[in-house]
Amino acid sequence: MTQPDHSGHFGPFGGRYVSETLIPALQELEKAYEHFRNDKEFKEEFAYYLRQYVGRPNPLYYAEKLSKKLGGAKIYLKREDLNHTGAHKVNNTIGQGLLARRMGKKRVIAETGAGQHGVATATVAALFGMECEVFMGEEDIRRQSLNVFRMKLLGAKVTPVTSGTATLKDAMNEALRHWVTYVENTFYIIGTVAGPHPYPLMVRDFQSIIGEEARAQHLEAEGRLPDYLVAAVGGGSNAIGLFHAFMNDASVRMIGVEAAGFGIETGKHAAPLCAGTVGVLHGNKTYLLQDQFGQIAHAHSISAGLDYPGVGPEHAWLKDSGRASYVSVTDDEAMDAFQTLTLEEGIIPALESSHAVAHAIRLAPTLGREETIVVCLSGRGDKDIHTVAERMGVQL
Amino acid sequence: MGRIADKFEETGKRGESALVTFVTAGDPDLKTTAEVVLELERSGADVIELGVPFSDPMADGPTIQLSSERALAGGTTLPAILDLVRELRSSTQIPIVLMGYYNPIFIYGAERFAADAAAAGVDGLLIVDLPPEESAELKEATGRHGMDLIFLLTPTSDRSRIETVSGLASGFVYYVSVTGVTGARSEIADTLAGRVTQVKGELSVPLVVGFGISDPAQAGEVAKVSDGVVVGSALVKHFERYQGAELLAQAGSFVKALKEGMQNARGAKSAS
Repeated sequence: MTQPDHSGHFGPFGGRYVSETLIPALQELEKAYEHFRNDKEFKEEFAYYLRQYVGRPNPLYYAEKLSKKLGGAKIYLKREDLNHTGAHKVNNTIGQGLLARRMGKKRVIAETGAGQHGVATATVAALFGMECEVFMGEEDIRRQSLNVFRMKLLGAKVTPVTSGTATLKDAMNEALRHWVTYVENTFYIIGTVAGPHPYPLMVRDFQSIIGEEARAQHLEAEGRLPDYLVAAVGGGSNAIGLFHAFMNDASVRMIGVEAAGFGIETGKHAAPLCAGTVGVLHGNKTYLLQDQFGQIAHAHSISAGLDYPGVGPEHAWLKDSGRASYVSVTDDEAMDAFQTLTLEEGIIPALESSHAVAHAIRLAPTLGREETIVVCLSGRGDKDIHTVAERMGVQL
Repeated sequence: MGRIADKFEETGKRGESALVTFVTAGDPDLKTTAEVVLELERSGADVIELGVPFSDPMADGPTIQLSSERALAGGTTLPAILDLVRELRSSTQIPIVLMGYYNPIFIYGAERFAADAAAAGVDGLLIVDLPPEESAELKEATGRHGMDLIFLLTPTSDRSRIETVSGLASGFVYYVSVTGVTGARSEIADTLAGRVTQVKGELSVPLVVGFGISDPAQAGEVAKVSDGVVVGSALVKHFERYQGAELLAQAGSFVKALKEGMQNARGAKSAS
């Protein structure tokens, strides 16, 4: 069955739980998107920017040294870290930026956690000549100062969010508040496959280039489909982007990797699919971290991009339907994987992506040498150097 | 008829617009809320909206965000709010509407919540992030238990939205006077009166207007054209400044002034 349905539901998940003021804007967006997603010119324009500006296709790289060291399955890395701006986020912001331009919007806003989506939004705003404001939690501004400065260089206004835990969830609250106030002239570029319909669908479509390329590249390299797909899941956009093209390939197992933070058992984690319950937040019904009264709990992860108490509704559906499975990786395991990939392959991964790498490192030795794992290396780690140094006790 | 319909019939007959006052349940604790509700009624409030605090109040401005934080810090829960309403019903029959976000109700269970809330004496629910499209389950449950599910209309609502909401409306419809979050504002848009009159003509239930109404003069302006006026943030601000007996006195005199402003404006209207 094709998901989502016409009203944006993935099984019981998703939907459009927003205040009435935003409904007309979402209807307008949905209508525009339904039109342009099938528009030949729009698709060509999107493909042009992905090729000439983002630098796609990026390689599906066989991490031979690491694979041989682990002594099991072959690990392939889908190199989203080589995209312009350094992560997969730009695939989506190019798409939404083009859509905003077609809709005649002169102003875009975004929420950001690690700052990758903020940078990618500020980038397309500069490219397409739009005003840009990015909402970012104060805690994340501290953790990701480099990206904050990049956004400012790109001409964006970065608005610190101090409410709640001052992280991604609160940035999203503030972006929604801002949008409801300036809805007439503002396009909200949501950075992940969450939020009210049509965002989970639209962001999935713009990110599905990851899996389309990976599928063709793996077929070319191995003459067959991969056995496993592994991707980190915060909101879940790089994972959905990788998974989507393989949805009907029943032999391909899909694994989403959530952030276990200090460990699931400590309660300080960001793993709603592994250890959460169903609820409604930020416009959609999905798995959440929350207490018994429906108050949203604080998430924890070393990775600012995964530090979110919810997850995209399609992942909730893929979990319940059994099509994908979800595991978790702690801060410590992600740090180890960060160092392993850096030393073994000379590739410095983002802390988000390090979670996926960590699970691949766990999984590969349990598999045969003829089997393959495709890992989404969703972003590069330059932005995390300060966090890593602090963690290693190194003063920069 | 329920308490909400009775009240609007009563204020309508008197030629008045109803004063709907919002306070967050449990700010700073539920005992205070109980005293405040009775004081608001004595001072002229016609309908009480009790805010159900939520950790992520996406449609609220700073005043109600902070109020929600104080209430949650005090340990306020949805079951405890129902206990409060049950207790209030021994001393008042004022219509009580719970206003908040969907998740706490979803977690409680829509059917069980509707049954428990109605039994406690709640008259209506207003869920800001539950538009008509997602409301089927709760609408059915509230209907079964004789409670009103109240929907919102906004400056961005076009004719088809107004029709959708009109078809589902019970109790009253809440017209959001501005695009934005809750919070006191210094001016009322001069297009409001025309817009409210237009929307009112499409509805078979009373239309109350809220968001941004902060003083007796503004309340009076809005009272001229609406069936009810909601004052929230401007009242909630008193909880930042005062406590105990002083809070009751200050909130009470503010509500008295609002009510007078509204009555005078309506009087001026009928005299002119």
